[in-house]
Amino acid sequence: MFDAELDKRADEIIARYPQPRGAVMPLLHLVQEKAGWVTLEAEEWIARKLGLTPAYVHGVTTFYTMYRTSRCGTYLLQLCTTVSCMLRGCDNVLEHIKRRLGIEEGETTPDGKFTLVTVECLGSCGTAPVMQVNDDYYEDLDIERVDALLDALAEGRPAPFPPGPGPQRVMVEQHRAS
Amino acid sequence: MEKVLTRNIGIEDSWTLRVYRSRGGYKALEQALDTEPDALIDAVKASGLRGRGGAGFPTGVKWSFMPKQPTPERPNYLICNADESEPGTFKDRLIIEQDPHQLVEGCLVAAWAIRASKVFIYIRGEYVHGARRLEQAVAEAREANLCGRNILGKGFDCDVVVHRGAGAYICGEETALMDSLEGGRGNPRLKPPFPAQAGLYGHPTTINNVETLSCVPLIVERGAEWFASIGTDERNTGPKLYCLSGHVKRPGVYEAPIGIPLLELIEEFGGGMLRDDRPLKAVIPGGSSVPVLTAEECRDLPMDFDSLAKRGTMLGSAGVMVMDSSTDMVQVMERIAHFYAHESCGQCTPCREGTGWLEKIIRRIRSGRGSLDDLATLESAAGHMRGTTICPLADAAAMPCQSFLAKFRHEFEHYIKTGRAAVTAG
Ligand SMILES: Cc1cc2nc3c(=O)[nH]c(=O)nc-3n(C[C@H](O)[C@H](O)[C@H](O)COP(=O)(O)O)c2cc1C
Ligand code: SF4
Ligand code: FES
Repeated sequence: MFDAELDKRADEIIARYPQPRGAVMPLLHLVQEKAGWVTLEAEEWIARKLGLTPAYVHGVTTFYTMYRTSRCGTYLLQLCTTVSCMLRGCDNVLEHIKRRLGIEEGETTPDGKFTLVTVECLGSCGTAPVMQVNDDYYEDLDIERVDALLDALAEGRPAPFPPGPGPQRVMVEQHRAS
Repeated sequence: MEKVLTRNIGIEDSWTLRVYRSRGGYKALEQALDTEPDALIDAVKASGLRGRGGAGFPTGVKWSFMPKQPTPERPNYLICNADESEPGTFKDRLIIEQDPHQLVEGCLVAAWAIRASKVFIYIRGEYVHGARRLEQAVAEAREANLCGRNILGKGFDCDVVVHRGAGAYICGEETALMDSLEGGRGNPRLKPPFPAQAGLYGHPTTINNVETLSCVPLIVERGAEWFASIGTDERNTGPKLYCLSGHVKRPGVYEAPIGIPLLELIEEFGGGMLRDDRPLKAVIPGGSSVPVLTAEECRDLPMDFDSLAKRGTMLGSAGVMVMDSSTDMVQVMERIAHFYAHESCGQCTPCREGTGWLEKIIRRIRSGRGSLDDLATLESAAGHMRGTTICPLADAAAMPCQSFLAKFRHEFEHYIKTGRAAVTAG
């Protein structure tokens, strides 16, 4: 993984910052993108590149919830359960996903496909309930949409609808533009 | 009102330089670079623009604290706060994803005014697509000599760096953000020193919210007087983005003159309450950290800084969360308490312990095992959290709790006496 290509990208990132240490977070993102999580080797590599100790880098990794220190499923399902999503029914969606996948929050399905976690406000409260799946936000969720999404992902098909707001939203956008 | 902040949204490819320029984009930057920095600061002061990130501090005044003669050894920095993590808030994301050049232009004009040679945009890590759009916009701007060396041939050097956070609400607090940007854990610092004296890497730094900076090109182009003519009065000026969520028919981000009446926002923009048989019960008007309003208190209420302050709450991040008669207020408070307990950085005892206590006690009450003494404990715990910590997160957790207890006490008591919610879920 730690090849010349990665090295080059890291050097580009480091050059943007007044001091090398500033690049810790983008480098953690970089290695997580490549490996799916932050390994101890990755932390050592970052430490070497930036002249820091591995313990220091580990301290940063563990402060931020987005850096994962263990492997997760192919699809990381992050369902928002904060106030606006709660008002629009995220608890039902959560119960449904748990039942459907047979897992609790924080667990991964035995086939390694899905990991389910609940998260705090994703900044998408106007299209609640919202679930982030890897990099994408799926918004305006209800049980039907969640089922269609999970059906497709489970079978290795692309998502049946694009990320973002649900279809009923088009009307709203028109209203807004008028 | 004519849309200004959201004028490009909904247009095809609104996020590209081509479209942004075709609609007059980057003219303000050109105009600004022909203007003395101090004259720009004066214009922003005269416009009455106040920070859109939460505290409402006058932007021009903040800029005037910056040193006038930075050196290569002691440069000035500008940070754009795009961490947007206050529950109920999603307006900055709209600008970032749909009109990133508006923000980049705002950053560059502001950087010229405060003589900053580098801009950092700190965007919350979950906004993966937003960060890509911003990076693209910066690359396009650089390619067109709108950013980087000798911008537009006018001798101004300034680069923009997009930095992604990684899921820590506390990094929206300005000093924690700077620690995070320097490659550390995001722990808030004691103030003073203020960022304009010793900020990022110890250098003079100004930090502004996405929406604040997006207002700046408008002020340059249309004039401070125009900006100041919009709004309630001279202390509450300009166009404003409101994030409407919860029990309304059409939730979303809406632009209106600052000071639009709250009920008009809900009725005209939001299309009224989600279900016609469920009337308004309460509104949290400025993100989850501000005191809640009862339906009665929502009447005749201009949504601006001072009117909300007069009614005992705050405009905050303009995250307007609308709740109807079916809402279990204790459940809402439980979610809010959980949020702040989860996000406390743990440096200060009153915050670390206090946020944990609030969550635990409210959870106990909701499980039907609470006692009336718990309400007194909640009140005293929240009281001890006010004004005793390094950063305002402890207050942000305590304020909603105090207001929920004061205004919806009967719902807490109902749980304690009957073990059930005062409303039937539906
Ligand atoms: C706990 C906490 C979280 C904050 N989160 C944000 C945020 O996500 N975005 C933001 O713009 N300001 C946030 N702020 C306010 C910033 O500290 C700062 O005041 C603001 O970015 C200044 O910009 P403005 O003057 O343009 O409003 C937060 C403050 C606190 C105490
Ligand atoms: S108030 Fe809370 S979040 Fe802020 S510095 Fe203290 S412990 Fe950290
Ligand atoms: S509360 Fe779920 S996205 Fe904001």
